Amino acid sequence: MDILANYGSTLVIFAAIVGFIMAWGIGANDVANAMGTSVGSKALTIKQAIIIAMIFEFAGAYLAGGEVTSTIRKGIIDSSFYIDTPELLVFGMISALLAAGTWLLIASYMGWPVSTTHSIVGAIVGFSAIGVGVHTVDWGSVGGIVGSWIITPLIAGVFSFVIFNSAQKLIFDTDNPLDSAKKWVPLYMFLAGFVLSLVTIKKGLKHIGLNIGSAEGYMYAIGVAILVAVIGKFFISRLKFKESKNRRANYINVEKVFAVLMVITACGMAFAHGSNDVANAIGPLAAVVSIVGNDGEIASKAALAWWILPLGGIGIVAGLALFGHRVMKTIGTGITHLTPSRGFAAELAAACTVVVASGTGLPISTTQTLVGAVLGVGMARGIAAINLGVVRNIVVSWVVTLPVGAGLSIMFYWMIKGAFM
Amino acid sequence: MSGNTILGVFAKSPLKPLEQHIRKVNECADLLPSFFVACTAGDWDKAEKIRKDISSLERAADTMKRDIRNELPGGIFMPVQRTDVLELVSQQDKIANKAKDISGRILGRKLVIPAELSDDFNSYLTRCIDAIKQAADAINELDDLLETGFRGREVKLVEKMIIELASIEDDTDFMQIKLRRALMAIEEGMNPVDVMFLYQIIEWVGDLADLAERVGARLEIMLAR
Repeated sequence: MDILANYGSTLVIFAAIVGFIMAWGIGANDVANAMGTSVGSKALTIKQAIIIAMIFEFAGAYLAGGEVTSTIRKGIIDSSFYIDTPELLVFGMISALLAAGTWLLIASYMGWPVSTTHSIVGAIVGFSAIGVGVHTVDWGSVGGIVGSWIITPLIAGVFSFVIFNSAQKLIFDTDNPLDSAKKWVPLYMFLAGFVLSLVTIKKGLKHIGLNIGSAEGYMYAIGVAILVAVIGKFFISRLKFKESKNRRANYINVEKVFAVLMVITACGMAFAHGSNDVANAIGPLAAVVSIVGNDGEIASKAALAWWILPLGGIGIVAGLALFGHRVMKTIGTGITHLTPSRGFAAELAAACTVVVASGTGLPISTTQTLVGAVLGVGMARGIAAINLGVVRNIVVSWVVTLPVGAGLSIMFYWMIKGAFM
Repeated sequence: MSGNTILGVFAKSPLKPLEQHIRKVNECADLLPSFFVACTAGDWDKAEKIRKDISSLERAADTMKRDIRNELPGGIFMPVQRTDVLELVSQQDKIANKAKDISGRILGRKLVIPAELSDDFNSYLTRCIDAIKQAADAINELDDLLETGFRGREVKLVEKMIIELASIEDDTDFMQIKLRRALMAIEEGMNPVDVMFLYQIIEWVGDLADLAERVGARLEIMLAR
């Protein structure tokens, strides 16, 4: 107890710094995954993608990031075991942040695709199970989280398969694809706007003091969705097409319409990513802050301190602004056949899956969901070639991340514990 | 380095290279009429030059074929079967080889198409090259097929093109029969070895259309799955 009383503010500041660095790493590392398809299909330039990512990642983190944060804080470990020794939980959370941040740095340097969600979950489980005791981990919910990593890509795959096929039926396989595109694309815009705003309204706005009833929430979401669709329609009407009898030119025009839609789904993707992944950085920080703030009492329902979400949001944006550019550059334009009509299906499916799953509070992996969505489009015969070898590598690196994150966090935990006790 | 991004998942598409390959093959076979014109005129130097061009185009097509094969390692997931892609490219490549063989054989023996057959032979050759062009057009729809997810109208359109290709090939069969008859009628007064080779050339030119039709058939199999 004395430790928290004597060193409380030091610990909070330390946790805040490490959490900020972690958010920074998430911004720098994951942006390529969240925005890559938009840049790859040339719907956005790198600069535009960075600007969109900055605005919407922050919005997502701030407006809808609260829900997952509490799961990371409470769901993985059974905090009742720490009631007598809250300082251990504080040390553990700080070491989890350090471990995940370190692993993220190493992996980025080596060019391995890792999931920030996996590394933080692995790290929390690691220090708690080995450093304190196997019984302190709520294995049931860990199982649920790991299960969700398998289920969410599947769901995203099914979504993208359905979305892509619907676009094929409604737009491409018609007498005049361009007219069909002008007619139907605003509907997809509506869908994207609706899902994102609904989840934000239902799950996210409590902590900024807005409580909206459910009927009202639907109304607002529909309002926002209509607004999005109208704006999209306006931009589509301003497109200039080279009219021609040639079918091929017609498809190029259709893709132009989809590029407008892709801008919207990219916003959605950034929003989804921000809302889901900010928790990886600030969940443990929130735990530290609430324990120290309550003089060692582990509150079962602690409100997030007001400065925590913005800190995570700013961290992500800072990482984006400073390093995102370099990561985006490596994307290049070497992707053949990733057209906006494919990218939109994958992005919309992934964004919806992430946002809905975040609404349930499960920490899911954005990258994984997106890979699932891309495979879904591939299954619908929409992508010329998918490199299953790379998919396998990504999966392997995910699996490796758990034990590595756990190992690192155990190491840091013993170090910190030794330093203070 | 797209190692840590989602974009590494996208492999290089084999469809574009397939289109480029058949265009190259088409270019190669397209030189045959001017080659025969040079031969008939007795301008062997020019024929020699054209034969060199045919040969270098055939080599270029070969390189493209090898690239397509090398860029399709195992574990590439495509909307079409991997085996179909590989079969298609070998089939396409055979057309260029055949064109090279024809020009080589003619030049090697300084063989001249007899004046009595010349008109018929030229229209026969043109028709066979039409078949190749039709096959190339059908293959060049792969882009749009991908755009429409290998379904619906676009597939029907390509199937129509393949039917058209088959009918062109039919035409060439009849023309071939006619040419053989015409050759039989005049073969008495000619060098027997030359006659044998003429028969062979007629057959090989017909093979161009056959091979083109087989390319269409492979494409059809590709779409049928």
